[in-house]
Amino acid sequence: MVNTALARRSSPVNLRLIFGVILGLLVLSFTLGTGAPAAHAASDVCVADSATGCFNGTIKGVGAGVKITIDGNGENVVVETDKSGKWNAAVTTAGTYTITLDEKTLPSGVTLKGDAVQTRDITLGFTKGAIFAVNGGDSGSADGGSTPTDTASQGFNWDRLAQQVVSGLRLGLLLALASIGLSLIYGTTGLSSFSHAEQVTLGGLLGYTFANVLGLNIFLTIFIVMVITGATGYVQDAVIWRPLRKKGLSLTQMIIVTIGLALALQYTFQMIWGAKTIRIMKNNPETFTIGPVTLTYESVWAMGLAVIVLILVGLFLLKTRTGRATRAVSDNPALAAASGIDVDRIIRLVWVIATALAGLSGVCLGLVLNGINWQTGMQLLLLMFAAVTLGGLGTAFGALVGSLIIGMTVELANFVVPGDFKYATALVLLIIILLVRPQGIFGRKERIG
Amino acid sequence: MSNATQKTATEARAELKSVPHTPGAPKPDAILVVDNIVRDFGGNRAVDVDHVEVQRGVITALIGPNGAGKTTFFNLITGFDQPSSAKKVFGGPSADKAAKWSFNGKLLGNTSAASVAKSGMVRTFQLTKALSRLTVMQNMLLGAKDQRGESFLAAFVKPLWAAQEKANIEKAEDLLKRFKLYEKKDDLAGSLSGGQKKLLEMARALMSDPVMIMLDEPMAGVNPALTQSLLGHIQSLRDEGTTVLFVEHDMHMVRHISDWVVVMAEGRVVAEGPADTVMSDQAVIDAYLGAHHDTDLGDDSLLEEGAMDAPKKEKK
Amino acid sequence: MDMWLKVIYDMSANMILPTTAAFAIAAIGLNVHFGFTGLLNMGQAGFMLIGAYGFAVSTIMGFPFWAATLVTIGAGVLFALLLGIPTLKLRGDYLAIVTIAAAEIVRMVGRASVLNSVTGGSNGLPGETYRNTFSALSPFPDGQTTILWFTFDNTGVNGWFIRIVAWSLVVIFAILVWLLMRSPWGRVIKGIREDEDAVRSLGKNVFAFKMQSLIIGGVLGAIGGMFYVLPTSVQPDALGRNMTFLIWTAMLLGGAATIWGPVLGSILFFALRIFIQGTVDIIVPDAILNTQQTEQFSWIMVGVALMLLVIFRPQGILGDKKELNFNV
Repeated sequence: MVNTALARRSSPVNLRLIFGVILGLLVLSFTLGTGAPAAHAASDVCVADSATGCFNGTIKGVGAGVKITIDGNGENVVVETDKSGKWNAAVTTAGTYTITLDEKTLPSGVTLKGDAVQTRDITLGFTKGAIFAVNGGDSGSADGGSTPTDTASQGFNWDRLAQQVVSGLRLGLLLALASIGLSLIYGTTGLSSFSHAEQVTLGGLLGYTFANVLGLNIFLTIFIVMVITGATGYVQDAVIWRPLRKKGLSLTQMIIVTIGLALALQYTFQMIWGAKTIRIMKNNPETFTIGPVTLTYESVWAMGLAVIVLILVGLFLLKTRTGRATRAVSDNPALAAASGIDVDRIIRLVWVIATALAGLSGVCLGLVLNGINWQTGMQLLLLMFAAVTLGGLGTAFGALVGSLIIGMTVELANFVVPGDFKYATALVLLIIILLVRPQGIFGRKERIG
Repeated sequence: MSNATQKTATEARAELKSVPHTPGAPKPDAILVVDNIVRDFGGNRAVDVDHVEVQRGVITALIGPNGAGKTTFFNLITGFDQPSSAKKVFGGPSADKAAKWSFNGKLLGNTSAASVAKSGMVRTFQLTKALSRLTVMQNMLLGAKDQRGESFLAAFVKPLWAAQEKANIEKAEDLLKRFKLYEKKDDLAGSLSGGQKKLLEMARALMSDPVMIMLDEPMAGVNPALTQSLLGHIQSLRDEGTTVLFVEHDMHMVRHISDWVVVMAEGRVVAEGPADTVMSDQAVIDAYLGAHHDTDLGDDSLLEEGAMDAPKKEKK
Repeated sequence: MDMWLKVIYDMSANMILPTTAAFAIAAIGLNVHFGFTGLLNMGQAGFMLIGAYGFAVSTIMGFPFWAATLVTIGAGVLFALLLGIPTLKLRGDYLAIVTIAAAEIVRMVGRASVLNSVTGGSNGLPGETYRNTFSALSPFPDGQTTILWFTFDNTGVNGWFIRIVAWSLVVIFAILVWLLMRSPWGRVIKGIREDEDAVRSLGKNVFAFKMQSLIIGGVLGAIGGMFYVLPTSVQPDALGRNMTFLIWTAMLLGGAATIWGPVLGSILFFALRIFIQGTVDIIVPDAILNTQQTEQFSWIMVGVALMLLVIFRPQGILGDKKELNFNV
């Protein structure tokens, strides 16, 4: 009785708190923003806004000094590639432009494969890529949203299969770290949290700050990142999710709140860390080869770490009292509450675990992929949802198996479909699974009611 | 209330006198015939009914201890759930063991809930499903059958459905007056009390002129003042020729208005007969007591069943 | 003072953009899904993109305007059927996950380099390759016209012709939705939003009604997409997930389950964003927030606004508090 009265009385206070925290977040992003420009302003990256459109691209293997001219609509912009072959240019009028590569500035031994002159149409506020493929360098690519993993060459052989299987396992394990949290949150609260992706991104970006900018040891970095991201989970539940549950917001409303949070966080990240892909380690990763498989050392210990952490989570859920209570809440919150489990405490704990695991996943992903940027998590969110749905919504072990299947699907899809389609393949798999077995592999039929 | 239908209702009741008091007894004029319905949830068999028949034109009560599978049975025959014993393309039970049930001479297996309702068997729910953010009148109008304005293209052209709509509104107003909800017709259904929602749900079901109406615990949560009028409504439905099948915990109601009682326990039909005979049946007493032996003492449902025990013990 | 005038001009100019009208059409469609039927469609941008491709690709292949429009509508119908068949019988969040996944599939396939010759890959399709069949319909003479403080070409890329057509469509679609929602059909749809089992128990084929609703909203999304790209270009990444979320914000801002809510919401959404960005640009010195950061800041505000809106005023501006729209 006393409890409910307290809860009722405290809820408006908590709502005010939400306001406060959101405002605080904004102020924080302001202050962080003021210190941050140095991080990206120096690199002179074009960012598209309502008055600017951007052209960009990467001509791999040509290095700095290749001249590109963008001409049209009364504007004439000349830019040069930087040492990694990247270039970008800003224009302030929408319309069609001619983009010309000055072949004379290509380094010796490198020749252009396609046309030196291309036309592109641009709208203000958007970024357009232009690809100039060259012989002698690597294949060219446009930056406008290219996927962080390398596109494998076509054709089947056993060596490639082995490499892809290991890559699939790696992606699956790192995905599992993130999606188990998503699944635990769903299981205990019924919420499909769209902002979980941003927790992954946050982990990676913080990893960059501590390991690259501050130069800390990577394992210390991981520890700090997990503590910080776990704390964000705690704070989130304390000031947003718990008060909203108490306020009686429907799940649909909560889902939309997570979407709003995701949107706000993405642009906050962009403000603080910029829009570029950044690398967590300063030095280039070293690789080693076992049989047909080539891997970086980071990949190996990231996978090892993932396995250890996943086992620990499994043991926690199966063997400890709190873990069993967590599963009981997942099963039936009302019954769990009636049998004396403090449901709110369990949910709080789940948020901390979920966000800490997401943070770990973010650092590891940033290490094994080529880097991390403000939308890395968002690009993986659907794979997480696919993994969680595949395994059965709300079952932690299902999420693990689902993640491994999705990881494998993504990496092995290359054998069947062009590289561009590999994420799409995983999503098609998701839709097919829903058709055949909507409750997922480990889900119970009753859950889909 | 024509004389003819009255006679049918009385006759139908009279016919029951010759029916033996055994589970699965055949009825002289069965409207609903159910065979081999089995439903498993994981390892638990919630419903396992070999054969049961429901007499046309009378009020039949379906009773049993908590967890006896009454609501699941309701869900199965109204198409809201599928029996585990359903016919399958591959595997599944053999033809004579497969679930089969017919309503008004029409086979219903594998039929969607909507077509079951269209065929004239309309149900209500244990937890009321009033459509909260529609008005009482809109709730009622949803119940009407074969509306032209419900076809997508016709919806744009009001003259195509205006006349039918007007007739439906008149019919709804009559029903609402009868159920004492007329003054509330423009209120949102969500603002009604629990008992009024029960009444609304029943009135809404009647908008489609059902052949048989299935009420899932019509008395649960209704305040005692309304109970009497609810009973009256159900009886007058029968007198007008509608078959009524209801699930109920309230033994007072069962004894007061039911013409025939079917008892379920642990998913099976354990006894059948008129109310007073069934109550003294050893199988029924065992079923209720047996259920108690197995029940966890922490279970809230015991509180509900306590109410049911009282009259039974008096009888002994 | 000039700066403020510019902000006000920018706001008003953004309000009447043809892309704002296109956005409003998509929002009306989403409102049919979510506001009236309770379907959690998280992939409205996918409907827009598929409509945009449908129109642009078929026009480039030589289809006349009306045939290309039919392709757009057909693409919307087909996409709705594909999404609806596996998910409409399942619980709501499955539809959310499948729609968002399907929208991403459309985007990924559209920008795949294998399809460069058809969809233009990640560069998309430039507007002038498909907009001529539409411009050719213009009854206006060449030249410019000034109304109030707006001067535009009569028929050009962003001219009066497309503005008039797009905004007329907004009004027409809003009226059609109003006609639908006052009919018995609309009553069933709203009943499904409240409790689909109850509607099923009254003998309505819930799946068929939900499918019809998904198709109508989807076709509106496709037409919205077509008008979104007519004055611009087909950019797969511009019609991605964030576009869906912006449409949601606009719809909730105006008021879901109201007729004019999505329209009002769309207009206000763009005006407010420009207002925030302009104001911050003027008030906060560049040393603290440069132009690029004020833009990011305005998007952060959009996210925060979406959260606050859903928490504190889920019925939006035009909605009725009693008819809160969130029991799904």
